[in-house]
Amino acid sequence: MMEVGTVLPEQIFFINRAMLTSYADASGDQNPIHQNEEFALSVGLPNVIAHGMLTMALVGKYISDFAGGAANVLEFGARFTKPVIIPAGENVDLTVSATVSEIVDGKISLTVSATSAGVKVLGMAKAVVRK
Amino acid sequence: MLNPDSVGRTFAGTDVITIAQSEIDAFCAVIGETDTTIAPPTFSIRITLTQFEEILTQPEIGLDWSRLVHGDQKFEIFSPVKAGDGLTCAATIESYRVAAGNEIVTVRSDLHRDGALVISAWSTLVVRA
Repeated sequence: MMEVGTVLPEQIFFINRAMLTSYADASGDQNPIHQNEEFALSVGLPNVIAHGMLTMALVGKYISDFAGGAANVLEFGARFTKPVIIPAGENVDLTVSATVSEIVDGKISLTVSATSAGVKVLGMAKAVVRK
Repeated sequence: MLNPDSVGRTFAGTDVITIAQSEIDAFCAVIGETDTTIAPPTFSIRITLTQFEEILTQPEIGLDWSRLVHGDQKFEIFSPVKAGDGLTCAATIESYRVAAGNEIVTVRSDLHRDGALVISAWSTLVVRA
């Protein structure tokens, strides 16, 4: 039974450099901070970082799965609080879970948690789905 | 610095952007989505980001894209996007402020199909000091 406070199962996605290249092509965001380590370091970043929108796209997949398909996702928002750092040759975790925060007129609001290496990477992450 | 006079302006995209199945397929493949009949919830960033980069970096608007980070993002989806949809995109500079030397600008992008609103997306962008 779905009720306010229900915690949805955690899912772990993995992000690596190859995925950043694929996402750059799929999204059109070719900013070199997401692909070129030398460039990322030159602008003061600790390493190549994932596109915030890739993080959000993966969380979007989690929400779509819960909702029974992307067609049932009505609202989705998040703040990018910390970058997801992707060293060469590594698969970095993106750990996602969510809690039901409201149920009104067949619409379910979710408060979403997204962490990487134990650090919260999205803030104020919320979605509204029809289910 | 962003030209403060541009706040509140709407830039109506006149081009109709037709969504190809291959674009949805590529986006789905990255995130492991097997249902490619509908665009994933954040797919429209592919359209909006390109458009407002062009707008905000015009000399008369003056945003410095090279020091830009994405602060937050929100989507309201009224109707799912599918392959073959012809979409127009209008971008409005909703707000602008400077905090601790950082410029913070929020752009709302409204995507329409045949005159009906399909998606509104808010992007808050931060130009680091």
